Amino acid sequence: MEKLLEIKEIKKTFYKKKIPFVAVDNICFDVEKGECFGLVGESGCGKSTIAKIITHLITPDTGSVLLNGEETLFLRGKKERKLYQDIQMVFQTPQDSFDPRRTLGDGIMESMRNQGMKKHQAKERMYELLEMVELPGEFASRYPHEVSGGQCQRAAIARALAPNPQLMICDEATSALDVTVQAQIVELLNKLREEQGLSLLLICHDLALVQKLCDRVLVMYKGGGVEQGVPDEVIQNPQNEYTKILVDSVF
Amino acid sequence: MSMEEKITVRKQKVVKSHTRQKLFFFGGLAIAVLLVAAFAPYLTPYDPYEQDLSKALLPPGNGHLLGTDRYGRDMLSRVIMGSQTTIFSALLLVVIITIVGGAVGIFCGWHGGKLDAFLMRVSDIFLAFPGMVFAIAVASVLSGGVINAVVALACISWPKYARITRSQAMMIKHLPYISAAKLSGSGTWKIVWKHIVPNIAGPVIVTAVLDIGTMIMEIAGLSFLGLGAAPPTAEWGSMMSNGRSMLQTSPWVILSPGCAIFLTVIIFNLAGDTVRDVLDPKQRKR
Ligand SMILES: Nc1ncnc2c1ncn2[C@@H]1O[C@H](COP(=O)(O)OP(=O)(O)OP(=O)(O)O)[C@@H](O)[C@H]1O
Ligand SMILES: [Mg+2]
Repeated sequence: MEKLLEIKEIKKTFYKKKIPFVAVDNICFDVEKGECFGLVGESGCGKSTIAKIITHLITPDTGSVLLNGEETLFLRGKKERKLYQDIQMVFQTPQDSFDPRRTLGDGIMESMRNQGMKKHQAKERMYELLEMVELPGEFASRYPHEVSGGQCQRAAIARALAPNPQLMICDEATSALDVTVQAQIVELLNKLREEQGLSLLLICHDLALVQKLCDRVLVMYKGGGVEQGVPDEVIQNPQNEYTKILVDSVF
Repeated sequence: MSMEEKITVRKQKVVKSHTRQKLFFFGGLAIAVLLVAAFAPYLTPYDPYEQDLSKALLPPGNGHLLGTDRYGRDMLSRVIMGSQTTIFSALLLVVIITIVGGAVGIFCGWHGGKLDAFLMRVSDIFLAFPGMVFAIAVASVLSGGVINAVVALACISWPKYARITRSQAMMIKHLPYISAAKLSGSGTWKIVWKHIVPNIAGPVIVTAVLDIGTMIMEIAGLSFLGLGAAPPTAEWGSMMSNGRSMLQTSPWVILSPGCAIFLTVIIFNLAGDTVRDVLDPKQRKR
């Protein structure tokens, strides 16, 4: 299989009042085309930080992020905007990821308009996307505070799908949802993966979900990667001390 | 729904419609004042600049509702005409400081770094001076004239707006929806214009409306000191200054522009308060 995304030895240190804090420490992994890769670990272990590094929202201290074999970390301006046609992310807090003064439809159309699509074309595709995530068309004119968390999450997925990305990062895209809605969204993501050859980077702390969805998984602990492999093996036969605790706590 | 809940819900509704009424009332008054200022030349019963010494210092009444000044000019006409100078220069001033201060603040908040630190120290310097004293100094360096008074007051007033917008921009730029806009391929300009400006406009507009009254007073104050409008121009501050020596003998000369300032400032302040209640209901509780 071809590698879509390669993460090599990235490291990020935050400074809190000049005290260094290593949030991500020498993480390496890669995501293949059409694959679903899971990233699990306890709260605060640096999962979102990795997602933000991949999407250029945070600059790492060292390391490289390759997309289709090309370095992306130095891209700026136009090329950086082009990168966002290939990589998209569903944010951890979907309701905060929509501008409170703009409708969900505006938010979904933003990337298409930026790519130079005509307004009526963008609108058409926006309704298609809403249908895809099983939201009625009327939600296009709603404001983020007028919809539920799950509906907002689906709108966020629609927005992330708008530029037809090759890689979609889902930062706990289902954590705030109840089990039935979660199942719907998981099903949707799986369908898209099969139909469009989309690669998924799934950030999650639910091992059961990872086992169900992911082809491979990386277990993180305090910024470092502790174990990588096929979910079934990792869960049934954990090699690392922390992974054992994590597995025991769930199953 | 419990009884208590019902009561609070009802209270909220009453408060809301009450705010509406207040907004219509004070907003209407403010707009009326602005209309008077806009159409001043058509509303004056007499030519505000025509001198007639035989009618000098007539008391109110007898065809001159507010009396005449020492050159025999009709006070009512001069007060109406003066509203144009005073109110429009105050509006111009508020618009200038909102745009300049807002632009500086958003730039600093968004960009950060050394330029931000430098500009904020500059604004600290402006804020550290007693405002009016500094404005007097600037105005006297620039010499009189309404425009120079506006410039002088703009120099001392922009930092307040820079502060407000800077802190708001700094808070908003870390919110996920800004990151999401970036991921949607929007450039910096687009993000600032479409996502940051609309989200900080509310408190800035409230501050601006509340400042109109203050600015009317400061412009009139500078003119009173002879640093604003030049003598023949009808302007409330300079009209008061002209009547200063006649306070005991013919008080209407100083009282009419004085009351005009008083009423206008009150109207704009109350309008500003209601605008705040409508745009930002949270602040009212404090
Ligand atoms: N901008 C920042 N400045 C300082 N520290 C930060 C910053 N962002 C994150 N951190 C710290 O880095 C660590 C990792 O944060 P991160 O958001 O990546 O965790 P996470 O794995 O996504 O956790 P969760 O499962 O709760 O979302 C945390 O300890 C956090 O406090
Ligand atoms: Mg996170």
